[in-house]
Amino acid sequence: MIAAFALILVCQLFGEVISELFDLPVPGPVIGLGLLFIGLIVKRRPPRVLTDAADNLLIHFSLLFVPAGVGVVTQLDRLRGDWLPITAALIFSTLLAMVLTALLMSKLLPKPKASVSEGEAK
Amino acid sequence: MGETDITQLWVYLSTKPLTGLTITLVAYSIGFWLYQKTDRNPVCNPVVIAIALIALLLESTGTPYATYFEGAQFVHFLLGPATVALAVPLFRQMETLKRALPVIIFGVLFGSLVASVSTVVLAWVLGASPETLASLAPKSVTTPVAMGIADEIGGVPALTAVCVIATGIVGATLGPMVMNLARLKDWRARGFAMGVAAHGIGTARAFQVNETAGAFSGLAMGLNTLATALTLPFLWHWFFG
Repeated sequence: MIAAFALILVCQLFGEVISELFDLPVPGPVIGLGLLFIGLIVKRRPPRVLTDAADNLLIHFSLLFVPAGVGVVTQLDRLRGDWLPITAALIFSTLLAMVLTALLMSKLLPKPKASVSEGEAK
Repeated sequence: MGETDITQLWVYLSTKPLTGLTITLVAYSIGFWLYQKTDRNPVCNPVVIAIALIALLLESTGTPYATYFEGAQFVHFLLGPATVALAVPLFRQMETLKRALPVIIFGVLFGSLVASVSTVVLAWVLGASPETLASLAPKSVTTPVAMGIADEIGGVPALTAVCVIATGIVGATLGPMVMNLARLKDWRARGFAMGVAAHGIGTARAFQVNETAGAFSGLAMGLNTLATALTLPFLWHWFFG
């Protein structure tokens, strides 16, 4: 488990170094994601400890957004000033991007074997 | 214990990193419990509940955000490794990736452009300030990346974090209803769109509803992070100089 976490951190660290060294607009963790992904393709069968560690980190992915979200208390003045464009963009653009992307992909993705049967349509 | 004792105790405790960390986990647990209790009603999003509870606590006790963050940074830090860890669910979709790579890349670029262009145009028409525009533009990518992009194009990273999370919440709560209205039934397309428009919060939601939707959401989110991080800064500098 520790080795798996170390590997993930090493990928992130290399990502940060590459981002900094070449002055890339892509943040370190994203390059780290790419590095780990390449590693998985090369290795073909990822070790169980690594997939377990990754799954554990991702189970409560949404928890990790809480500290940044609480930052809303530092932005109240700006939010008050620009509340209309912010609210409109948040709701309208998000839903527009989602529905258009879903429509496009439901047309373009190769025919599914069975995609309607599982889960509830909520 | 009198009122002043409690105040003094809070003043003492609030400076300890342990407090900020504990509050974060407790607030999220309360949010998650409520979410379970309401039969996973998307409106009872654990992230919204946690943020609201903590914000109320900080405002009512006059505790600065920086003090809270001393403890909360331990949770925040994990966003980096968790972003790296997305390579694993992405790898699990390798078969689909191989079969439909051009379609997937096209879909991600399309969704990324629609999300950022419609955001900037709409907010600009409604009179947002330049800093707000730049802070809103990357709102559909996951927080650490969006904050990096905002910084790059002249936005306010803290405002971006708030907008990104609000975007995820809007997508996770209202998205499924709107996709139902549009009669979208393909779980792969629904999940994919969720990941493109509503990043990690949407992906967390998609996983809870349907495994296939979750996997496609994670795939789209990871690729969208790359697509937006690679295209948005260049587009921005090109348009706004």
